Amino acid sequence: MRLKLLLFTVLLLQLGGTTHAQERPVAVGSKNFTEGTLLAEIMAQLLEARGRVVQRRFGFGGTLVAYEALRAGEIDVYAEYTGTIEQVILASDSPLDATALRQRLARLGLELLPELGFDNTYALALTPETAQRHGLSRISDLATHPELRFGLSHEFRDRADGWPGLKRAYGLPQGSSGIEHGLAYRALLGGEIDVTDAYSTDGDLLRYELRVLDDDLGYFPSYRALPLVRADLDAQAKAVLAELGGRVDDESMRALNAEVVVAQRSFAAVASELLAAQGLVAARASVVEDALWRSLLANTLVHLKLTGIAVLAASLAGLGLAVSVHRSQGLSNAVLYATGLMQTIPSIALLALLIPIAGVGQVPAIIALFLYSLLPIARNTITALTTIDPVLRLVARALGLSQLQRLRTIYLPLALPHVLAGVRIAAVVSIGTATLAAFIGAGGLGEPIVTGLALNNTGLILQGALPAAGLAILVELAFEGLERVLVPRHLIATHTLS
Amino acid sequence: MQEIIELRRVTKRYGDTEVLGDLSVGFRRDLATALVGTSGSGKSTLLQVINGLIKPDAGEIRLFGRPLPSGDLFRLRRRVGYAVQGAALFPHLRVARNISLVGEIEGWDRRRLEARTHELMALMNLDDELGQRFPYQLSGGQQQRVGICRAMFTKPEILLLDEPFTGVDATTKREIHSRFMDLIEAEPTTVVLVTHDIQEAYALATDLAIMRNGKIEQQGTVTEVVASPKNEYVASLLRDGLAS
Repeated sequence: MRLKLLLFTVLLLQLGGTTHAQERPVAVGSKNFTEGTLLAEIMAQLLEARGRVVQRRFGFGGTLVAYEALRAGEIDVYAEYTGTIEQVILASDSPLDATALRQRLARLGLELLPELGFDNTYALALTPETAQRHGLSRISDLATHPELRFGLSHEFRDRADGWPGLKRAYGLPQGSSGIEHGLAYRALLGGEIDVTDAYSTDGDLLRYELRVLDDDLGYFPSYRALPLVRADLDAQAKAVLAELGGRVDDESMRALNAEVVVAQRSFAAVASELLAAQGLVAARASVVEDALWRSLLANTLVHLKLTGIAVLAASLAGLGLAVSVHRSQGLSNAVLYATGLMQTIPSIALLALLIPIAGVGQVPAIIALFLYSLLPIARNTITALTTIDPVLRLVARALGLSQLQRLRTIYLPLALPHVLAGVRIAAVVSIGTATLAAFIGAGGLGEPIVTGLALNNTGLILQGALPAAGLAILVELAFEGLERVLVPRHLIATHTLS
Repeated sequence: MQEIIELRRVTKRYGDTEVLGDLSVGFRRDLATALVGTSGSGKSTLLQVINGLIKPDAGEIRLFGRPLPSGDLFRLRRRVGYAVQGAALFPHLRVARNISLVGEIEGWDRRRLEARTHELMALMNLDDELGQRFPYQLSGGQQQRVGICRAMFTKPEILLLDEPFTGVDATTKREIHSRFMDLIEAEPTTVVLVTHDIQEAYALATDLAIMRNGKIEQQGTVTEVVASPKNEYVASLLRDGLAS
């Protein structure tokens, strides 16, 4: 009887397992800007309405990051633009027709689903005052105004189809400076820059009542949006996403974007409204907004996990490294130079460099934080071990302690306050740096910051920045407590040696 | 009498400087020898050659009748006590643990460690209560006595002392000297004491070895050497020492 029950349970579990396998969760990704996130939310909600489980992996920092995530199978789909696929992903010099595009993507294991119906090309934006003052309405008008200051997003400045080509095509005399896209409009309104790049469907254009210059030479290629999916995504999910074909035109996309950035409504609410309006979802699903504390807690836990694993690993590695090299001046210097070099690589660059090796998500983030944590820990440990009073070393040897015994009972305990200080620095710095990990989809407290930057939403930015600062303070206090427990009081202060 | 420490034609150089030059010397078992000489005459180096901390460039060293280095150098060092100027106690360890560290390394059980610590502290006139303090909470004289306890923990057959009693006032020094004499009377060991202080040599040692430029200038019992100094260097050293 008992056996039958057991068999039955096993059978049930297996059944459950198979259904689960068929309904593998679909990981929907997005780049970190409003429209990309909104389209991702629309795709996610439609999939959910059709009974699929969805993982939302929003906020990848740029095309290459999202593309690498897709290639690596970290995500199954994200919204991309035809122009971007040609120029950035396939690095093609000439426009490709639809067949060629599909063929080349197929070789990469990727597939295009039907276009959504709008063309979000690049545009140059400026305030109506600037336009009026200089009589600007077309891009070619800019050629005679070399004094205008261009503040352009980093991606636009670097893309072949962005600023370099535009400058050449129109013979523009101006130089340009790089600016985070989320900050560009403020700079524009504040008069710090005169012209910036924008997406033609950007809701901010409505919000700030900005002018867009006419691309009179027809320079910008078209950027028709569509879901870019992994070819191995199951047919049902592809069919669901294909339902979105032709559902969103230019005007409605700009309005949807404005709903988010101007009316400050949530992605979820705006997405669900569109799906209902298009008749794709029977009734407008009531959107349950995640409680603030819940997302805060989830982000904080991820953040602690990223920094915790990284700093713990760096502590072990840094300590081991320091112990094994501290007796040789040359090796110690080599370790300090190498770990110091790591610090000079900007975090964003390091994260980007790690993508080809470790993909996107939490693993590369942890690796980057680990590398940054090594220097303070290794440096402090090496310094502490090499500055121990030589007379104490002499006595420890003379008493007949082996090298291991000396390390364990004398050197490491004496070095402990410095080692702890190093770990403390590493931990606090990591908590700050880990906010950048959201750019490669690692989550954590950087997520609201990245989204807030994309939305130009200070409240959202603070939702990440304040807890991160609080966490840093808590970690400081925790280490202070730890020090008090582990280190005799007279060694913390000035009485290092009696 | 059998010599427990023997050095034959030992030479040690640092670059161009010869710290020990073709030095030969022996020390008699269970007696105290004071090693006296001007600064830089090689006294401390000689001590560290004896317990294998410094490897000589040439020459032979025999400890307990066997050539050094032989076998487990760490274990050998635990049979040779060592104390230095300023005590150099480990600042992060409580006094009792400083004293018993070598026994701990030797794997003694707790009861034995405590008993031996108590015994030594009593011999050196240190309150048991001091055992729970950290070194910085002790006076200089107390720290010196703790340093001697630590060196004597495993009843070593050889005790090497590198000016362990300098830096305290005369009264304290006399008190420590008398305690030290009690200790080595209770637990006889071969003492090699490096000192600047001839009075200290008179007070503690049977034999006297005078060092000069990395060589032994004269060696004998304290009375012999004082009675007939070999040359003006020895004579002036003894005179200056007596005056101080």
